[in-house]
Amino acid sequence: MKTILRLTICVLLLWVTKANCQSEMVPIKGGTYIPLYGRDSMKVTISDFQMDVYPVTNQQFLEFINKYPKWQRSQIIKLFADDNYLMNWKSDTELNESMSLNAPVTNISWFVANDYCECQGKRLPTVDEWEYVAMSNETKADARTLESYNEYILGWYEKPKTFNNAIGSTFKNYWNVYDLHGLVWEWTSDFNSVLVSGESRKDVDKDNNLFCGSAAIGATDLMNYAAFMRYAIRGSLKAKYSMKNLGFRCVKDINE
Amino acid sequence: MKLARTKLKVNFQLLLSIAVIFLITSCGNSNEETHEEAADIPATQEMMAELTSPPNVPRGVGKRKAKKLIVNMEILEKEGTMTDGTTYNYWTFGGSVPGSFIRTRVGDEVEFTLSNHPDNKLPHNIDLHAVTGPGGGATSSFVAPGHEKTFNFKTLNPGLYVYHCATAPVGMHIANGMYGLILVEPKGGLPKVDKEYYIMQGDFYTKGEHGDPGLQPFDMQKAVDEDADYVVFNGKVGSLTGDNAITANVGETVRLYVGNGGPNLTSSFHVIGEIFDNVMVEGGDLINTNVQTTSIPAGGAAIVEFKVDVPGTFILVDHAIFRAFNKGALGMLNVEGEENKSIYSGVVQEGIYQPEGGGIQTMPDDAKATVATSTSEKSLAEKMESGKQIYMQTCFACHQAEGQGIPSAFPPLANSDYLNADVDRSIGIILKGKTGEITVNGEKYNSVMTRQAISNDEIADVMTYIYNSWGNNKTNVTKARVDKVKSGH
Repeated sequence: MKTILRLTICVLLLWVTKANCQSEMVPIKGGTYIPLYGRDSMKVTISDFQMDVYPVTNQQFLEFINKYPKWQRSQIIKLFADDNYLMNWKSDTELNESMSLNAPVTNISWFVANDYCECQGKRLPTVDEWEYVAMSNETKADARTLESYNEYILGWYEKPKTFNNAIGSTFKNYWNVYDLHGLVWEWTSDFNSVLVSGESRKDVDKDNNLFCGSAAIGATDLMNYAAFMRYAIRGSLKAKYSMKNLGFRCVKDINE
Repeated sequence: MKLARTKLKVNFQLLLSIAVIFLITSCGNSNEETHEEAADIPATQEMMAELTSPPNVPRGVGKRKAKKLIVNMEILEKEGTMTDGTTYNYWTFGGSVPGSFIRTRVGDEVEFTLSNHPDNKLPHNIDLHAVTGPGGGATSSFVAPGHEKTFNFKTLNPGLYVYHCATAPVGMHIANGMYGLILVEPKGGLPKVDKEYYIMQGDFYTKGEHGDPGLQPFDMQKAVDEDADYVVFNGKVGSLTGDNAITANVGETVRLYVGNGGPNLTSSFHVIGEIFDNVMVEGGDLINTNVQTTSIPAGGAAIVEFKVDVPGTFILVDHAIFRAFNKGALGMLNVEGEENKSIYSGVVQEGIYQPEGGGIQTMPDDAKATVATSTSEKSLAEKMESGKQIYMQTCFACHQAEGQGIPSAFPPLANSDYLNADVDRSIGIILKGKTGEITVNGEKYNSVMTRQAISNDEIADVMTYIYNSWGNNKTNVTKARVDKVKSGH
C-alpha cells in the first residue's frame, strides 16, 4: 500500500513538473566540430548537455507569463523589449484567435527568453551548442555535407509564415530533437558574438562580420548558405528585439 | 566702466564688419559655381524622394538645388510570377524587381530609411554604389525583420549606380532580386529627353529547368556554377513585352537607364534596329557615340540614348543571344508615327536568287516525279510529304513543330479556329503576309507574318499538310485554288 502511494506521488509529481512547463529534454553527447565561422579554423568542443525536444510553445509561455506578470506586454520595462514584443497577442494574457497554443512562442526578446529558461533551472544554448545539434539530419550527427540537408533548410527559409505551425511538425533529428529547422529561428545566449560585436557601428573589422567580402574570408564552408543566413539573422538582432519568426528553447548542463 | 564701454563699441564694430563680410560671402555662395567640391554643396530644404517601380523613372531634378532627400524603402519577401505558370520567391526592395528607382542630384543629403517587413524571415541591408563610406551603407543599414534603420549620406559623384543587398549569403540575396538603381544627376540635371525608362537585367537560378511549372526554389549549385535558367529584364519573362512594352513616338529621344543586377552574367545590351546615339559608358561621365551594343557588367549600369526615327517594334535583348530567345532577356519598344521611307523602306522588291546563274538547274532524281508535278495533281500522301518538308523549312521557326505556335507571339496552327474558318484567307496570308491583331482560339495575337517566298505549288502542299495535321479540317488545297486566290478570284 505504501509503495503504491509512493508510486502515485511520484507519478503525480512527474505529471505536475511536466504541467509546470518542464518540457521534455534529451541528452546530447558532446563532441568537437568546426563551425561555419571558426576563427583560424579553430575547432569547437562541446560538453555533454540536455536540450529541449521542442521549442517553447505559446501555451507554455502563457503559463509562465501568468506566473511572472512583470514580463507581460503592458508591464515589461522598455529596456528589455521593443514594441514588437508579443505584438500578436490579444491582451497581456490572451493569444489572438489565429494563434495556436501548440505553435512556438515568437515575438519574444532575448531578456525574456533568458529569464524563462532560468526560471526552469535551465539556460539558453550557446551558438556553438545550437549549431552542433542542428547540423544533424534524421540519421547523421553531421549532415552538413549532404545536399538534401542544405536544400531542406534553404527551402524552409523561402517558405513564408511557418511560425504558426505546431511544434513537432518537422523532422526528428539524430539527437531526437525536433524543429531546429523548419519552424522558427531560435535565440541563443551569445547570439551576437560571432557576426557582430556589441557595438555594431564599429563593425568594420573583417574578423567580426560576415558582410560582403568578409563573409568569404571568414567562413570555412562557402556552400553552407543556410548557416550563413542563421549567422546573419543573429547578427541583425539586439537583445531587446522581438520578431515574428524568432522563438527559443532551453538547454541544461549535465551535473554529475 | 568706461574702458568696458569702449571695448563693447569695438566689439560691436567688429561684429558689424564680420556680418558684412559674411553677407558678401554668403551671396557669393548662393551661386553654386563656387562649390568646387560636391561635399561643400549645402543641402537646405527637406524633400520626400519620389520612388518608382520599373520601367518608370521619377521626374528629373532639373534646376532644383541640393536638398535633404528623404528616402523610405521597404523590404518585402514575396512570391511572384517568373513566367506563365512558374512562380518564384522574390526578395525585393520596395516590392518590385528591380527595386524602386531613386533619383538624386549631386550634393543631396540623403536620409535613407530601410524597413524590413515583420513577415520577412531574413535580415537585410543595402549597399548603394553611390555612397562614399564603408560598405556603401551596408554596415549601417543591417536590419532585422520588423525593424528599420536610418542612415545619411551625401551624393558626391554624378552617375548611375547599382544598389543591392549585401547580407550573407550575398549571392543568394542578389539572385533573389535584391538590386536596383540610384541616379545621381549633375547640377542642373541631365539634358531633357522625351521618354525615360528603367530597365535592369538579372539572372535567376531555379531548381527546375526554364519553364518548369509551379513554385521554383532557388538552386544554390546552379548559381555557383553560373548556369542560369532565366536571364530576364525587370525580374520576369515578359515584363517588357506585349502590353508591357515601353513606347515612344517617331522623332522622340528615348533614354534608358539600364542596370545589371547579376549576380553572375554580364549583359551585352542591344536594341535591334537602333543605334545608340549616346552611351554614358558604365553610367559615368564618359560618353561614347554611335554604339550598337554596350557591355553592362554585373553590379554596373549604363545610360543609353537614341532618337527613334521610324515606327515599328524594336526588340531589346542581351545580345548573348540564347539568353534572349531561350532564357527570357527580351523586351519591346513600340514606336508609333509616320513612316520615313528614306530611312527605312521596307521590302521594295523580291526576286529569285540563283548564285549559279539561271541556266543551271538541279535535275530531279526521279523522272517520274517530274512528270507527276508538272502534269497532274499529286496524291495526298505526296503532298503531305512535300508539305512537311516545306513546313519544316519555312513555318517551323515561328509556328513550331506541332503547329502549337508560341504563346502571345505566334498563333497556333494546330486545332486553329482561325485557320479552319476560311481556307482562302489562309492562302492569302501566305501570299501577302499579315499584320495586325487577330484572335485565334480565344487568344489575341498582334504580330507580323511576312509574305512567304514560295511557289503556288509549294503553298498548296504546305497548306494541305497543315490542314491534314493536328486536328484541322482536312482540306486538300490544290494549286489551282492557290492560283485563283493569287489572281484575286
